[in-house]
Amino acid sequence: MKVKWFAVLALLPFMVFFFAFQIAPLIWIAVASFNSEMSGWGLQNYIDIFTSSFYLQAIRLSLDISFWSSFYGLCIAIIGSYSLRQLASIRLHDVVLSFTNMTSNFAGVPLAFAFVILLGLNGSLTLLLRHYGVIDGFNLYSRNGLILLYTYFQIPLGVLLLYPAFDSLREDWRESAALMGAGHWHYWRYIGLPVLSPALIGTFVILLANALGAYATVYALTTGNFNVVPVRISALVAGDISLDPQLASALAMLLVVLMAGITLVHQWLLRKSYLNVRH
Amino acid sequence: MTYIGKIYHRSVVYLLLAILLLPLLATLGYALATRWGTTILPEGLTLKWIMALWSDPRFLSALGHSLLVCFGALLLSIALILPLMFVIAYYFPRLDALMNILILLPFSVPPVVSVVGLMQLYSDGPLALTGTPWILIGCYFTIALPFIYRAIANNMQAIHLRDLMDSAHLLGASTWKAALIVVLPNLRKGGMIAVLLSFSFLIGEFVFANLLVGNRYETLQVYLFNMRGGSGHFTSALVISYFAVVLLFTWVANLLNKSKE
Repeated sequence: MKVKWFAVLALLPFMVFFFAFQIAPLIWIAVASFNSEMSGWGLQNYIDIFTSSFYLQAIRLSLDISFWSSFYGLCIAIIGSYSLRQLASIRLHDVVLSFTNMTSNFAGVPLAFAFVILLGLNGSLTLLLRHYGVIDGFNLYSRNGLILLYTYFQIPLGVLLLYPAFDSLREDWRESAALMGAGHWHYWRYIGLPVLSPALIGTFVILLANALGAYATVYALTTGNFNVVPVRISALVAGDISLDPQLASALAMLLVVLMAGITLVHQWLLRKSYLNVRH
Repeated sequence: MTYIGKIYHRSVVYLLLAILLLPLLATLGYALATRWGTTILPEGLTLKWIMALWSDPRFLSALGHSLLVCFGALLLSIALILPLMFVIAYYFPRLDALMNILILLPFSVPPVVSVVGLMQLYSDGPLALTGTPWILIGCYFTIALPFIYRAIANNMQAIHLRDLMDSAHLLGASTWKAALIVVLPNLRKGGMIAVLLSFSFLIGEFVFANLLVGNRYETLQVYLFNMRGGSGHFTSALVISYFAVVLLFTWVANLLNKSKE
């Protein structure tokens, strides 16, 4: 019995730290989000958010940029990691895979800087493309610019998450399908994509969450002038003008609820997916 | 695979590599260029930007701060997680399921959300941690947790903890002795790899560092952000140096990982 006592004691330090830095802040947010500076306890913070076109715009832009960057990132990751999988026996494969591994840490402030150098108003690629008349007014600091920037940091993550999934595609399925007269398109439509779908949905969900919570990249690029939810939250707790931690808590709760919602939809889709129907 | 198929897959992979490399190459070019304004390629090459950076005391102190906070946080994580995992694996295997849910929290709650609560909780009173490196160490422990937990869990499975402990007991070792002398050295490598890999994303962390501490204890990322108005060549040298540091640690981790097999 004495031994077990010691064992429980060994769990304590971890629990204290985990509570202090992970659980307690969450509880504080959940409670504070129902306490308004103006009118006390109630739903006032949430009503404020949903009646303010400014905050609604932030939510809409956040969803918009996250959705499209996850979509493009996923498409590129599918095509890229499939080809990478097919080349598994040659040396190029290892080089690209470890390079992808490293670039998955290339996000946030350094990434924003690199993109300014490449695609900013006087970026080298901007100048090059303008020189040849391909583009005349690409703006990195716009919605499209941000989607491009977000897509970049989604690609390595997408490849790393998707790559192992291609192991579940067996080469003889393709051959059997071809024997029965299925073309390339039919193979992917009826065999390839359905088999991969749990991995695809799962990866998409993680990319979406990754983009929704991203703050460093957009903040470094636009110094907080672009209206997305993480930027709004930080302005409300650390900005210069309107400090309102309770309203920030409500926005943060919305982000948490959004992520939880995405996860639930993911679970539901997963249950409906091909692999589980088959069993 | 057909000939055309091979060419197709190769070109896709090269294209992917090119997309991933492009921003880095441009930054490297800028860091090494004397001038790069109106021309497609830089006009001349120089090391002066990199030299200027590495002799800037503010940069060196920011790098020092980052290294201290990151390794401090990783040491703390190991010190907290190892006993926890040992106790769970040996005494309460049922708790493992709960832990697997708990370690998902840092993943699913973005830092910008936690910051709101942390700022209110630790701004004043007995635990006025905001503005000090201590709060970063605590926050970084939570971010590193899922990665370190998973790495060590895999390692523990591989060494068959229970059999190992039973044999040590048979040979007359106490539980304490067996844990310290037999189990711990066997987890060294998994722990090392986890620490080095976690380091590379902890040093890239900006949200907690900027909002909770900011200029009061300038880390590498905050310094990088503060330099945004400066010369493009200088900031490029900064980005490349930062990336080189991360690369070094990832590379060492990969080497260790290979030698394990």
